Amino acid sequence: MASQHHSHEETGHTHGSLKSYIIGFVLSIVLTIIPLFAVLNDWFNRTTTIGVILVTAVLQFLVQLIFFMHIREEDKPRYNLISLIFAALLLLTIVIGSIWIMTYNKVAV
Amino acid sequence: MAQAHSNAHGHGKHDHGHHDLESLKQFGFWLFMITDVILFSTLFATFIVLRDNTAGGPIGTDLIEMNGIIISTFILLTSSFTSGLALLSMNKGDKKGLILWLAVSALLGLSFIYLEVNEFIHLVHEGAAISTSAFWSAFYTLVGTHGLHVSVGIVWMTAIIIQIAKRGITPVTKRKVNIISLYWHFLDAVWIFVFSIVYLMEVM
Repeated sequence: MASQHHSHEETGHTHGSLKSYIIGFVLSIVLTIIPLFAVLNDWFNRTTTIGVILVTAVLQFLVQLIFFMHIREEDKPRYNLISLIFAALLLLTIVIGSIWIMTYNKVAV
Repeated sequence: MAQAHSNAHGHGKHDHGHHDLESLKQFGFWLFMITDVILFSTLFATFIVLRDNTAGGPIGTDLIEMNGIIISTFILLTSSFTSGLALLSMNKGDKKGLILWLAVSALLGLSFIYLEVNEFIHLVHEGAAISTSAFWSAFYTLVGTHGLHVSVGIVWMTAIIIQIAKRGITPVTKRKVNIISLYWHFLDAVWIFVFSIVYLMEVM
């Protein structure tokens, strides 16, 4: 991410460097392999495994955002980031809300 | 539209005005992806809620072959990386490199779709069609919608490759490459969650 300021000055667009792409790629592979092995080799119990899968997935999403989509290098006002946070809020509401409602639906039956 | 705009200005101002318009278009595409997140949220929510409703039919654990899925995952991951390399080539003004890496990304996407279609055919042969149970309906809708996005991306990327070959690296083609590469990273991000929530949690 050292080239961040440099490329900023040139065009106002920032697209990272080869280094940041390689770091992102390696991190993505590692974050894919960890949950994969945890599942295939039964490293943990069920609850922990779900936790590991979710945490590594979210981390990998952040890796994509930071190293590939360069969300940190946006100029102010950060409309991209703001709309992304809005999307995350909607996503969590829809997914967690659905699970919540349907869980109680099952309890009622 | 964008070209008409740029031609109307003098050269000095042109770059700035053009850049504003192009980055506005890029932001517009970002907003499309936000709405796409909502689409995928509903599909994920549906899948998670219905995952136990197999109606006495086959369940995911029995039929899903992880080897193919693992290969697809790494193919898409690499493809996301190579679309980033395309962007780097473009910023260096390397037209050949740009076309090469875009083509590599599109071909990786194509092999991903090939594996996915094979997987679906295999599943249907094993008796798990979209109408078999609520689980499989949710499964095919979620995974299939992602596959459809990737397929559209391949066609789109091919069109951009042709355009770059004809027109070279211009502010307009630059913006288009920026957008397709965002889209490609986005699809990889969605796949991470498909892989985690559908496949990994199904076979664990």
